[in-house]
Amino acid sequence: MVEQLFQKYEPSNRSNLIAILQDIQNVFGYLPENVIQQVADYLKLPLSSVYGVATFYNQFRLKPLGKNVIRVCRGTACHVKESENILSALELELKIKAGETTRDKLFTLETVACIGACSIAPVVNINDEYYGRVTIREIPKILKKFRLENKAQIKQNTGEE
Amino acid sequence: MIELTINNIKVQAEENMTILDAAKSVGIHIPTLCHMKDLFPTGACRICVVEVDGMKGLIPSCSYPVAEGMEIKTNSTRVKNARKTIVELLVENHPQDCLICVRNGNCELQNLAKKYSLREHRYIGEKKNHAIDISSSSMERDPAKCILCGRCVRTCNEIQKVGAIDFTNRGFRTNVTTPYNKGLNVSDCILCGQCILVCPTAALRERSSTKEVMNAISNKNKFVVAQIAPAVRATIGEEYNLPLGSNVTGQLVTGLRRLGFKRVFDTNFSADLTIMEEASELADRIINKKVLPMFTSCCPGWVKYLEHNHPEMIDNLSTCKSPHEMEGAVLKSYYAKKMGIDPKDMYVVSIMPCTVKKFESARPELNYNKIQDVDAVLTTRELVRLFNMMGIDFDDLPEDEFDNPLGESSGAAVIFGTSGGVMEAALRTAYFNITGKELEKLEFYDIRGLEGIKKSIIHIGEMELNVAVVNGIGNVEQMISEIKEGKIKYHFIEVMACPGGCINGGGQPIHQKPEKVKKRIQALYEIDQKMSNRKSYNNVSIQNIYKEFLIEPNSHIAHNILHTSYTDRRKLIK
Repeated sequence: MVEQLFQKYEPSNRSNLIAILQDIQNVFGYLPENVIQQVADYLKLPLSSVYGVATFYNQFRLKPLGKNVIRVCRGTACHVKESENILSALELELKIKAGETTRDKLFTLETVACIGACSIAPVVNINDEYYGRVTIREIPKILKKFRLENKAQIKQNTGEE
Repeated sequence: MIELTINNIKVQAEENMTILDAAKSVGIHIPTLCHMKDLFPTGACRICVVEVDGMKGLIPSCSYPVAEGMEIKTNSTRVKNARKTIVELLVENHPQDCLICVRNGNCELQNLAKKYSLREHRYIGEKKNHAIDISSSSMERDPAKCILCGRCVRTCNEIQKVGAIDFTNRGFRTNVTTPYNKGLNVSDCILCGQCILVCPTAALRERSSTKEVMNAISNKNKFVVAQIAPAVRATIGEEYNLPLGSNVTGQLVTGLRRLGFKRVFDTNFSADLTIMEEASELADRIINKKVLPMFTSCCPGWVKYLEHNHPEMIDNLSTCKSPHEMEGAVLKSYYAKKMGIDPKDMYVVSIMPCTVKKFESARPELNYNKIQDVDAVLTTRELVRLFNMMGIDFDDLPEDEFDNPLGESSGAAVIFGTSGGVMEAALRTAYFNITGKELEKLEFYDIRGLEGIKKSIIHIGEMELNVAVVNGIGNVEQMISEIKEGKIKYHFIEVMACPGGCINGGGQPIHQKPEKVKKRIQALYEIDQKMSNRKSYNNVSIQNIYKEFLIEPNSHIAHNILHTSYTDRRKLIK
């Protein structure tokens, strides 16, 4: 599969690096370690250089995302509305830090600069849903909804088998 | 020619010259951190900023070309303040543990802090906190001390072309490290230590073995012996402010005896032994049409590089162990038997100009009867630290001679320490082996010097040998693709991983003097010139060891003791 991704690009030409990495992330959702090694071999670059570029840009992920991605807005308006506390509450509740994924792979917690919904600050975005004027007390309730959904889905899947 | 003024001094400069170089030409020193001679400037550290009349901001002098009529100030208050702030910011994100730091007294950051009179902490905040990488047996990486100048990255990528380390992450979290921060031991690093030589702080340093060595010396049951590599004798004097290229072999021997070593031997002896074995292996490969070209195997950095990157060419490597490993093997077999010592009680310490030798001495292949050939390796720098600790004043040391029989050597052995030396030494012996005649003119000037790849055609009797010498691992890919193209059938190729050879090895004294390599090389050739015997096969001790023990080069017993095998490291890592 990876070879097909490479076909578009001239080998040994380092200027293709970022474009290739973007393509890989589009397919896998992240940059798997063995694929990074293949990119290095294809472009005749040291593995350290490819890894360096992959960690420099925020758009690249080295670990797969969780099933649900939680983005806490840390833009100016949300900051004034103390979104820092929301983030801390989420970190406590999920037992992970921003940028990490829970061990059950259910949630990934990220921060974003500004979602553009300042009128309802502080804002938390989970997948396609937006939660405005979030309070710390609401957080367990919000997470519970996703956990229940997941359980129901598992039940349904195993039931069908 | 361009005319400009720097600090009110009229300066004549060539076009395309940088402000930094123009200032240097009239004796004005501008401090630099990221700047590297002969490499494209990055202008990253900003410590070299100067004020140019008519320009709004301060200009980095390392990357800005001179122009007609420029008026430059390198010492205005504004410049001094800017530089001081840069140093302060670097210092505040640094552990500041100078008192217990290995580079105390030889640190560029410390020097700058001194130069700009830092007397208070103006910026106190979060400091980066990275773990020390002690995964490798040769080198340590301490990113907390790193000031991100990038000189190691550029040395690794642009000079050595290994690319084991690079900048990762960004901003405050920027870190120079190996892929996935996994540690040098599982990276492509060949541990050559060239990055240590350019590091301004102690972020990169050797893995010290001084404690183990001192413990062994104080252990009454151990028979601790030392051996000295050829390149150490021409460089260690620099640490004692002797002129570049001073030969201090005699003092070194005395110093080592005073440290408590029971015997002091010369690695040059086994360099001669290596030549005997390697020359006969080469003849065997040519006559019996085995794998050619043969690569030298004295440089463990080069061996590791080949094992990582071209495992398919492992058969091209000479099976000879490197000289200090041969010395260890002979000490623990021939010498131990002769002296009635149990080889298990013998502790062999090699004094080497090299960091990879530490890794090499721990290789599982390098043993005889399951006893490791060499027990510990000290770099030139570590030996100086031991001398200082034990109160051995180098200046007033009397001279002494090596112990025999593993102390006698020829002039051919001493030039092992420089690029082209192994080849030259081998050719002197190969000529005799093949023709049976003494070589008249011993110097092979074609393969001396600091060029990246040196080629020559050598006529020995009716034979025509195509030989090449690769100086610095960065040039080796070109050579390998040439071999694979197969236009010229090479017979013998010498490779040394460090530019200039062992004389500029990763374990040598650290200072940024560009002329050092040439002077050191010259010193080795001078030692060779002054020797009465300059050919390995004329070394009487070597003749004796073959008579008494090894029978002849490449004999069965010689193979057991002096030869080794290699490992495909591509498989090991993945």
